[in-house]
Amino acid sequence: MARANTLLSQTVSDNEAVILDEWMQRLRQAGADQGGRINAAELQTQGRDFLSILKRTLGESSDVTGAAFEPLRELLADISRSRAIQGYSPRETALFVFSLKQALFAAVARRKDFSAEQLAQATWEASTMLDELGLHTMDVYQRSREEVIVRQQREIAELSTPVVKLWDGILALPLIGTLDSERTQVVMENLLQSIVDSGADFAIIDITGVPTVDTLTAQHLLKTIAAARLMGADCIISGIRPQIAQTMVHLGVELNVISKATLADAFALALKRLNKTVVTAKTPQAADSKAAG
Amino acid sequence: MAPAPADSTVLQIRSSDDVVLIRQQVRARAAEAGLGLVDQTKIITAASELARNTLDYGGGGTMAMTMVNDGLRRGIRLVFDDKGPGIADIQQALRDGYTTGNGLGLGLGGAKRLCNEFAIESTVGVGTRITIARWK
Ligand SMILES: Nc1ncnc2c1ncn2[C@@H]1O[C@H](COP(=O)(O)OP(=O)(O)OP(=O)(O)O)[C@@H](O)[C@H]1O
Ligand SMILES: [Mg+2]
Repeated sequence: MARANTLLSQTVSDNEAVILDEWMQRLRQAGADQGGRINAAELQTQGRDFLSILKRTLGESSDVTGAAFEPLRELLADISRSRAIQGYSPRETALFVFSLKQALFAAVARRKDFSAEQLAQATWEASTMLDELGLHTMDVYQRSREEVIVRQQREIAELSTPVVKLWDGILALPLIGTLDSERTQVVMENLLQSIVDSGADFAIIDITGVPTVDTLTAQHLLKTIAAARLMGADCIISGIRPQIAQTMVHLGVELNVISKATLADAFALALKRLNKTVVTAKTPQAADSKAAG
Repeated sequence: MAPAPADSTVLQIRSSDDVVLIRQQVRARAAEAGLGLVDQTKIITAASELARNTLDYGGGGTMAMTMVNDGLRRGIRLVFDDKGPGIADIQQALRDGYTTGNGLGLGLGGAKRLCNEFAIESTVGVGTRITIARWK
């Protein structure tokens, strides 16, 4: 199967410089170097590398999906991946390969030594080869975009769970999202570390933003509550919505911990336990005029 | 085993990300079937338990989701399938607190209490199929 593609390989090796020039011109016309994400020199280097590998590959094989084409596919994958990360559109990314078509066709058409049949064959082969490579570019692009999305989701997940200090001795952990991923471990460890660092007496775990509490979630909560207790802090759970409360009863999970409807209620309780009270200022006018002055 | 009905959606269970996806899909389908918030939460939680068992004990598998609509009842039915080791003693597995892993041992019994319909078919060495349904 690994038959050398003589017509195309001849065409590319005899006209490499011309093909590169035409190709780059096409790319520039299509605006490939605009937007400042890639400069003309970089584009030129990518094009030159591509053509020199292509020349070598065509001398060995015409099977685009075969092993001989592996280095070329690798190069394209690198280019495609970096463009996906830089935020290129699929069109802009595919342009790199597809714009080589015209340059290659033109080079084939200029071959006076090819018979009509050879011309047709070389054009056809150039076309199917570049189509296949273009699709490969899109595959890699798509996969890279998905990887970017997954990574962003992870980052958001970690960002969205800070431990906040509400008062001296009172910490709060507002949980948002699903609680059964690896991140739960991280989040819970963060809370325990904050308890140690601040010597907190109370940790309020607010689960208003947790859509489902199943046995695994409950187990994570139970472990955290137990560990916090060992470190001298009491946990208060807040934000258990009615439907979650009912579900927990059916599941048979008991957290054995004080729970409050809202984070505000839990905070009030913690303050009370610390012998603090919140009172309305007696002379609001005085405070106001001070602020104004 | 009976073939899945035509309107069923089959989802793979191979990772804990799939379990998250299953909860989202079940939520969407339960809302579409007209279940209220409490019923939705119940079937989602049951699905979460069974999907995780399928993953942890069954070595992965599938969940098929269909609508229940027979004039009287509207809701959804979920079928979890795996080709894992099977459950030798179903009564024991259902008992609260029984676990062969590191769990609370509440998932299976809890899922049963959260649903209107619950059935386990399991053959040791062949696999496990658990069917649940929730309707209003
Ligand atoms: N699909 C399955 N295949 C084989 N064994 C299973 C399967 N599902 C459950 N089991 C067995 O039944 C036991 C009880 O399951 P159950 O879901 O009640 O508890 P758990 O998964 O161990 O803990 P929890 O669900 O509370 O986190 C499991 O420990 C396991 O041995
Ligand atoms: Mg379980």
